[in-house]
Amino acid sequence: MFHIYCPHCEEYREEEEFHPKGEAHLARPEDPDNCTDEEWGDYLFFRKNPRGVHHELWVHAAGCRKFFNVTRDTQSYRIYETYKIGEQPSKAITA
Amino acid sequence: MSEVPDSVAVIDQIPQQGEPLTPRTPLHHTARAGGAGQLHYREHDLTGLLVLRGNAADKAFAEAVKATFGCPLAKTLSFVMAQEVSLLWLSPDEWWVLCPPDQAYALEVQLRERYSGHFALANNTGGMTRIQLSGPQAVQVLKKSIPYDVHDAHFPVGKVVATVFGKTQAVVRRLGQNDWEILARRSFADYIWRWVEDAASEYQR
Ligand SMILES: [Zn+2]
Repeated sequence: MFHIYCPHCEEYREEEEFHPKGEAHLARPEDPDNCTDEEWGDYLFFRKNPRGVHHELWVHAAGCRKFFNVTRDTQSYRIYETYKIGEQPSKAITA
Repeated sequence: MSEVPDSVAVIDQIPQQGEPLTPRTPLHHTARAGGAGQLHYREHDLTGLLVLRGNAADKAFAEAVKATFGCPLAKTLSFVMAQEVSLLWLSPDEWWVLCPPDQAYALEVQLRERYSGHFALANNTGGMTRIQLSGPQAVQVLKKSIPYDVHDAHFPVGKVVATVFGKTQAVVRRLGQNDWEILARRSFADYIWRWVEDAASEYQR
């Protein structure tokens, strides 16, 4: 079980209160009408699946119902930090 | 003071004409009370519920809330009370106001008259019900029901948390050393009530 720090409730909560929502920091193409099919397809469908440090979007579903980001190691399950939407992680986002 | 904008539909849910209504709570079909000795539980009478969304950093909003409900915007994971009104923190921009059902409409109109900035207020009276647990063994029922740590140091009097309850969700607040309240969604009230009856049974012998 994860013990996840909700940056909105400002305390640790049990994993069962949360839902993962996939990869974080997905940038929507600036001009969807004029981007390539590949760019649009990447945005809609293709996700990283790293072994190691990953930035994820989670929601505190049973608590405050706010979304936030989690930096997590997919191999060791260690959570490095959680931070609000719009903030940048202290561990760099790798391409 | 400003006028209530026409774009917002504000409706008094209690009809002013015809036969007076006899309101029924979501658990009207149950005994609505139980327990013995060290543990008692009961459903609170029908309560007015206003769901309030707004910006806590907006001073005008915070002042209008305080003037209307008699209590300031509650801080993270806490609730404040003034006479018959409770104001519960649910999220950084959401609070629930519990009040007598016949005051819900008047309070809503008052807040809209005091503040016309960016906020939302919905009268959700009847959408939730309040189940109160009391007695020294009340905490034992919660330990079986929610994953949240209910130790005195972690869940002091005056705290409110939204969490998982059994296989559903609930808002739980601590009113006193041995007094707790569960706010259950109407459609899950029966499930939570029967869960509480079952969980409480071993402490009533
Ligand atoms: Zn939260």
